[in-house]
Amino acid sequence: LNMNLSSKMSSSPRELELYFGPQHLGMVGNFSITLKVEGDRILEAQANPGYLHRGFEKLMEYRTWIQNFPMVCRINVVEPDSMEMVYAMAVEKLAQIEVPERAHFIRSIYLELARVASHLFGLWAYANMLGFDTVAQWAMYHRDLILDLFEELTGGRVYHIYIWPGGVRRDFPPGFKDKIVNTLHSIGGCVPDYDSTFFNNRLFYDRSKGIGQLTLEQAKQWGATGQTLRATGMPYDIRKIEPYAAYDKVDWDVPVREDGDAYSRVWVIRDEMIESVHMIFKLLDAMPEGPVYNRIPNPFKWKVPRGDVYVRCESSRGELGLYLVSDGGDKPYRVHFRTPSYPHGLIILEKLLENASIADVGNIMISLYVVAPEIDR
Amino acid sequence: MKEKTTDKKGSFLSPFKAVNYLFKKPRTLRYPFEPKEPALRYRGFHLNDWEKCTGCGNCADICPNEAIKMVEIPEIEPKPGEKNDRPKLDYGRCCFCGLCVDICPAGSLRLSRDYFHIHFDTDTFAFFPKDEKTDKEHFLGSEQYSILKASLAHRKENYEGFTSDLEYSLFEPQRVSMPEVPPDERKLSFIEQIIGYSKEEAKAEASRCLECKLCEEACPAHLKISDYIKAIYEDNPGESLKKIFEDNPIPSICGRICMKHCETACSLSIRGEALAVRWLKRFAADSIKDYKTALELRAAERTGKKIAVIGAGPSGLSIAHFLTLKGHNVVVFDSLPGGGGMVRVGPPLYRLPIEAIDKDVNYIASLGVEFRFNTTIGKDILFEDILKEYDAIYLGVGTTASRSTKVKNIDRAHLALPFLQANKIGSGTKVGKEIIVIGGGNVAMDVAREALRLQYMQHPGEKVITKTVSLEDWDEMPATKEEIEDAKAEGIQFNPGWGPKEVKVEDSRIKGLLCVKVKLVFDEQGRFSPTFYEEKQMFLEGDMIIEAIGQAPDFSFIPEKLFEKLQFTAQRKVKVDDNGMTTIPRVFAGGDIVNQNLDAVTAIADAKIATEGIHKMLSGR
Repeated sequence: LNMNLSSKMSSSPRELELYFGPQHLGMVGNFSITLKVEGDRILEAQANPGYLHRGFEKLMEYRTWIQNFPMVCRINVVEPDSMEMVYAMAVEKLAQIEVPERAHFIRSIYLELARVASHLFGLWAYANMLGFDTVAQWAMYHRDLILDLFEELTGGRVYHIYIWPGGVRRDFPPGFKDKIVNTLHSIGGCVPDYDSTFFNNRLFYDRSKGIGQLTLEQAKQWGATGQTLRATGMPYDIRKIEPYAAYDKVDWDVPVREDGDAYSRVWVIRDEMIESVHMIFKLLDAMPEGPVYNRIPNPFKWKVPRGDVYVRCESSRGELGLYLVSDGGDKPYRVHFRTPSYPHGLIILEKLLENASIADVGNIMISLYVVAPEIDR
Repeated sequence: MKEKTTDKKGSFLSPFKAVNYLFKKPRTLRYPFEPKEPALRYRGFHLNDWEKCTGCGNCADICPNEAIKMVEIPEIEPKPGEKNDRPKLDYGRCCFCGLCVDICPAGSLRLSRDYFHIHFDTDTFAFFPKDEKTDKEHFLGSEQYSILKASLAHRKENYEGFTSDLEYSLFEPQRVSMPEVPPDERKLSFIEQIIGYSKEEAKAEASRCLECKLCEEACPAHLKISDYIKAIYEDNPGESLKKIFEDNPIPSICGRICMKHCETACSLSIRGEALAVRWLKRFAADSIKDYKTALELRAAERTGKKIAVIGAGPSGLSIAHFLTLKGHNVVVFDSLPGGGGMVRVGPPLYRLPIEAIDKDVNYIASLGVEFRFNTTIGKDILFEDILKEYDAIYLGVGTTASRSTKVKNIDRAHLALPFLQANKIGSGTKVGKEIIVIGGGNVAMDVAREALRLQYMQHPGEKVITKTVSLEDWDEMPATKEEIEDAKAEGIQFNPGWGPKEVKVEDSRIKGLLCVKVKLVFDEQGRFSPTFYEEKQMFLEGDMIIEAIGQAPDFSFIPEKLFEKLQFTAQRKVKVDDNGMTTIPRVFAGGDIVNQNLDAVTAIADAKIATEGIHKMLSGR
């Protein structure tokens, strides 16, 4: 820990300023928090983003519509796929490009696989933080199995660059349906192990129950979405209220918890993974045959009609929005992302850390599921 | 899952269930002893087949990271219409998105499943991708390959990953189909076969252009094709026409009959259909009613110099246009009653209507060019007089004499050019019911298709046949594929690989043509020297024979004394220097009498060279 005794900042001699991150084992990435503490109690927290600022939104104004497509995914390293989706949706809406039916299904399946992979990664971070190294390793291993699926489908493990305007980049390779089913079955077979070792573990319960608690009112007021909001009892999910891809083609539920604490948030993540797996099976059954890509215009000449559009989708972290403006040119005029980590990692984190103990900083932060580049985009 | 889930506090002992994992095999790979096989679509290092790569540079243009640079490789001898540039990858920048693969028109650029490269020298990260076909040294078989040595210089062969797929390519391989009059309808009259693109169709077709400019290299006149196509895409045919006129002042003619070297070179044609450059040029010319207001071209200050252009064909028209813009006074002489030269009399009306020719000619005349039609040099005015009176002469006389086979009774046959000319600008020829056309070139196709139309018009309701016979077999036939297909669709019969032996005449009427089977058309050196199997003979019935086996120039208008000074090349072409000047001073030449291509666009290219030559000479530079 990087402790800094500074008398001029503190009003009471017992007050300390404590830098948490960016080089800290419990940190979620290139991100830091400045804590004002008295003893073990946090008086005030200030989140410091910016370590990953590469100016994506500005950079996108200098690249053509198709050149932006390998770029957007980099805004969320853990789950690049909903970034691709939201960009493709916005461009399709502006340029009025139709997407084939099968591509809608592939998109949904692919996005749900990405959600599971991202949640497993989140579970790794959370379990690791609590000291559950075994569970963390399992989660990492199972995530890797999904990355193998991505590799087979798209050619890339982390940045898939797969959903693009007009559909998806390639159809399923032969036998891929069975591979998805087999992989998900083998991961699903380990759920009892996860439950007994982690979710039904008294240690987990004691460490997370009542930690970082949010009420529904607070969650709404501070802009929470995703698990953070659903853990306070509100079944708010863009996939349900504004269905995109093939989410309205199959039946599925929104997992909800009532208490709004770290325990509920992690449980919502677990339930969502299971729901996603069930949804993938249903989507695979309902998936039609046919083309998966409507060719976009020649990228060197492609001009998207003048206009602006706001689209949103449910990423693994919450509501992901994109405001895209075209001035009728070959590049976007303005790009703005509404990323879920922004309210979670700046506003809610600061509020929840007040009066928390130092030992719970990592717990609260990771249960909020913040991914730093989303804030810095 | 709407019902409220109860908290499960669980027991402290439950985690101990995980203990039995201690006795299981580890799930992780013991790398590198257990190698991980990347997926079949893996996006790793690039592969590039240097033989297939055309150097078009589309990969470099689309790369979002500017990781690809096109570098000229002097050792590569570029094929016609290609460049010897090859992509150089910088792996410090590449993000392996594979857009370069999806835009590669040749399909030469692919990604492999390799991804190892460790080196202290950062320069090794920038390299020219090749594949096992073009670089045997660095691509190794499984016996020699070791994962421990894997790098950009030690790679596995046959390890292709993410490859190009036409169905998902970023370019459109299919052309916007050109509306045409169907064969059964068009063969009954001289209606123009090609209807022409509508504005929307032209825009859609123009949008396919990748702007790689391979076509501009291939075009003999180096038209700014990419620019004028882009202007059409941007709904600006006027701008498009301006770009065309910089290098080609007869777009209405060329937009119909150009031999389109550009489309042969078009990178889209490698795996798909070439961009319809010719039809787009025609669209630009046809959509502007009045060239003059659209082009706003003004001639430079008058120089007072006088230039005589002999022949109002593509070459003569072009040089007249270019020289007038430079301020010179140009007079064009032609024996025909209108402009166009060979394109006026040659291409049948269904390919090139007279109005399309006159549109270009009238515009050039409106710039101040003086045309003296119906004027034959050597008869109405003497060549020597012109040489005295004018500061420079340009010979664009073309090949106006039809060649003939020297078989028995061939004097009974018709010749191609007089036949075509009579039908285009004269009163027309009376045709038989069964016509034999000798020849396999484009003129032979014109003759055959025109003869068929005349048959349908002169013998309505009767059975009529037109057949061609050519020395060359299907794959050697000099006519373009398009022409052959169109002729076939109209019902013309082909007899490739047969040579004429004798015209059979009975009671002074033509009965048919005796043919012999061809052994070889060209000798070992590739020279035209046909040999025959004399014993294999075939008799083609017919009541009319037309010869279309080539044309030759006619220089009889040049007085003998001067003609002696005129030198020819080994290919029997008029010898000109870099300025387009012949061996007679102040006499320049271009077109079919100079070049080997024998087409309009090469004639324009010759005219451009001679324009500069004449201008340089006259302005004393």
